[in-house]
Amino acid sequence: MKLDLKKKSWITSLFIILITLLAAVYVWPTPWNKTVDSLNKWQEHKYGHLIIRFPYFINQPFSLGLDLVGGTALTYKADLSQIKPSDYSAAMNGLRDVIERRVNLFGAKEPRVAVEKVGDNWQLVVELAGITDIKEAIRQIGQTPYLEFREMRSQEETNQILKLQEEERKKEKPDPLILNEDPYFKPTILTGRYLQRADVNFTANTNQPVVDLVFNDEGAKIFQELTKNNIGKPLAIYLDGALISAPVVQEEISGGRAQISGKFDLAEAKQLAQRLNQGALPVPITLISQESIGSSLGIESINKSVIAGLISLALIILFMVLYYRLSGLVASLALLTYTVLSLALFKLIPITLTLSGIAGFILSIGMAVDANILIFERAKEEIRKGKNNFTAIGEGFLRAWPAIRDSNICTIISATVLYFLTSSLIRGFALTLGLGVILSMFSAIFISRLYLLNLISSHSRPWLWFNFRKNVSSKENLNN
Amino acid sequence: MLDFIGKRKIFYVVSLIIALVSLAAIIIFGFRWGIDFKGGTRWQIDFTGERPGASELLKVLKENNINDAILDFSGKKSVILRFKDISEEEHQKILSALISRFGQIEEKNFSSIGPIIGAELKRRALWAVFIVTLMILAYVSYAFRKASVRIPSYKYGTLAIVALLHDVIAMLGFFSLLGHFALVELNSYFIVALLIVMGYSVHDIIIVFDRIRENMKTASLKSDVKTITNDSINQTLSRSINTSLTSILALLGLYFFGPLAINTLVLAMMFGIFIGTYSSIFIASPLLVDWSERRRK
Repeated sequence: MKLDLKKKSWITSLFIILITLLAAVYVWPTPWNKTVDSLNKWQEHKYGHLIIRFPYFINQPFSLGLDLVGGTALTYKADLSQIKPSDYSAAMNGLRDVIERRVNLFGAKEPRVAVEKVGDNWQLVVELAGITDIKEAIRQIGQTPYLEFREMRSQEETNQILKLQEEERKKEKPDPLILNEDPYFKPTILTGRYLQRADVNFTANTNQPVVDLVFNDEGAKIFQELTKNNIGKPLAIYLDGALISAPVVQEEISGGRAQISGKFDLAEAKQLAQRLNQGALPVPITLISQESIGSSLGIESINKSVIAGLISLALIILFMVLYYRLSGLVASLALLTYTVLSLALFKLIPITLTLSGIAGFILSIGMAVDANILIFERAKEEIRKGKNNFTAIGEGFLRAWPAIRDSNICTIISATVLYFLTSSLIRGFALTLGLGVILSMFSAIFISRLYLLNLISSHSRPWLWFNFRKNVSSKENLNN
Repeated sequence: MLDFIGKRKIFYVVSLIIALVSLAAIIIFGFRWGIDFKGGTRWQIDFTGERPGASELLKVLKENNINDAILDFSGKKSVILRFKDISEEEHQKILSALISRFGQIEEKNFSSIGPIIGAELKRRALWAVFIVTLMILAYVSYAFRKASVRIPSYKYGTLAIVALLHDVIAMLGFFSLLGHFALVELNSYFIVALLIVMGYSVHDIIIVFDRIRENMKTASLKSDVKTITNDSINQTLSRSINTSLTSILALLGLYFFGPLAINTLVLAMMFGIFIGTYSSIFIASPLLVDWSERRRK
């Protein structure tokens, strides 16, 4: 082997080791930070002040899934029976926005609200990390205040209903449907579906708080029609069937903006705007599944996963070193590099780690050595045939490559299908396994080859490097 | 050199028995579906004080109209309750009933899933298995498209699927038996394991087939398909076993020291990897010999 080629590969190796060390500190900065602390303290003690202030390393925590930090996951089914099929996804997106607003109100760390089409059903999945009080979460989200606009009934209608209710009350078993009928106002088609948002503002002259309503395009048209027909009459705003306010229409209003003014103070105006925003839920929803994980269980799971991962790693390294000797040691070094780089990548992207995601990653550690095993077995055969160490290893890598590629593609196929066909908690498994397999190909082909070629020499004894029973020493090896 | 091909009839019988027992178990016992498939409630609680016995717990549940509860005690303080799906009001009602009877309780995990989700999950799982099978078949046929030396490439693909089917049936049978005798539930994690094992099993088969393909090219035309195949199995044997072993080592760590919640996943995976390795060595390659010989007669 030419000297400068060897030199180059040493430099590359050192570079990879440096990156790995950096990645290791990035994954687990605690030892670095502790060293920095004691170094700074030592300086102060010795010189009375800091000569160089050593900084802490970037501290970015892993992004952990619901099952690891604890929290609540709620699945709602949306009732889209009142919506045209072409508007389904728009309605669902509107729903998601409203729920997101509500969820943000009660301080989940990184709430995730997602629309999922499951078969013919449209569902809304709400994940609230750190919130374990399901009761409160459901109450906050699940309340579906229903906003509607009602117009005044004609005098005859009002009288008729009042009369009907009078009669009904006298009966032994009055029909609640008739009793609950609103005698003064009748529903219109303008509902929360068409409201884009409500804001609190102040009138220019009197500085009175008012609530501004903004309708979407369709709502604007309906509102214009309604105001045109009701000039001089009150238009009532109902939330969950209760009258909130009934401003009198002054003129026909186009442009989809309305203002509710009345005798309320700022706090009341704010509450009204908030309730209106809440009321703008475009479709009714029902809870079909709920899950909550206590935070102590999450911590327990993380601790157990870390211990299990370390034990698995140790078992694999033990096996590789015992079976493949020095080359197994080299593969183990490559495996450690792989583990650290993957973890750093998970942090960097960041990938949300779930319980199944960690399992997928640990499995990928077991699978990552597969490529090395293929290569070593192949190299062993070549040495048996009488080739020298370098040629044998080169051949091993070259010939094992198609098998490594084909087999890993199969795992990637499974992981991809899994990713697209499952729910979020399982998706983590597909993601970490798939990424792990891709990264492990790189580690096996590139990193372990580099380490191996640097450490082995043509004089190295094959039995030390591979698992030969007898001391195989071909002539070629000795002569080289 | 071990003679796999000469003794292949024995392994055919073994696999036939595995398949028949699995099918019988599936038909007779069916599966113990987890709540994510059939809907229902899974509730893990820790008692701060002394943990009450099963009969006391069941009594409280009965008072709240829960008659189908299954209890599963774990550790010193924990119990996992399983019953029909309930609303949040019912959940709170039972929770306060339990607290008033047995003292402070920590809720570790509560999930209640309606039946709609489960039906959809089953449908998706079937789709996933179907798509993975198709894609693997396509990929194997593509990867072996130039392997027409003595054995046409579609035979490699078909046999890969046969071995795959063998593994899937064995896994389903294993979990049907586990469900019946050890109350192990078949949840969505099982589907994950199934799909990954399918990928993994084909991965094993490809390694052996790849070697057969290579040896076919270099071997003289006189040499016997039987010998070539047997040589190929032997040449890839230590790799097959070692790779499965390292994967199983990784899973063993998880099974004994990892979190309880993914035990099903890990167990299914270990069994699947084991059976997948077995079928790649003892079933897929010997069948290749039989199929190519029948054609020549």
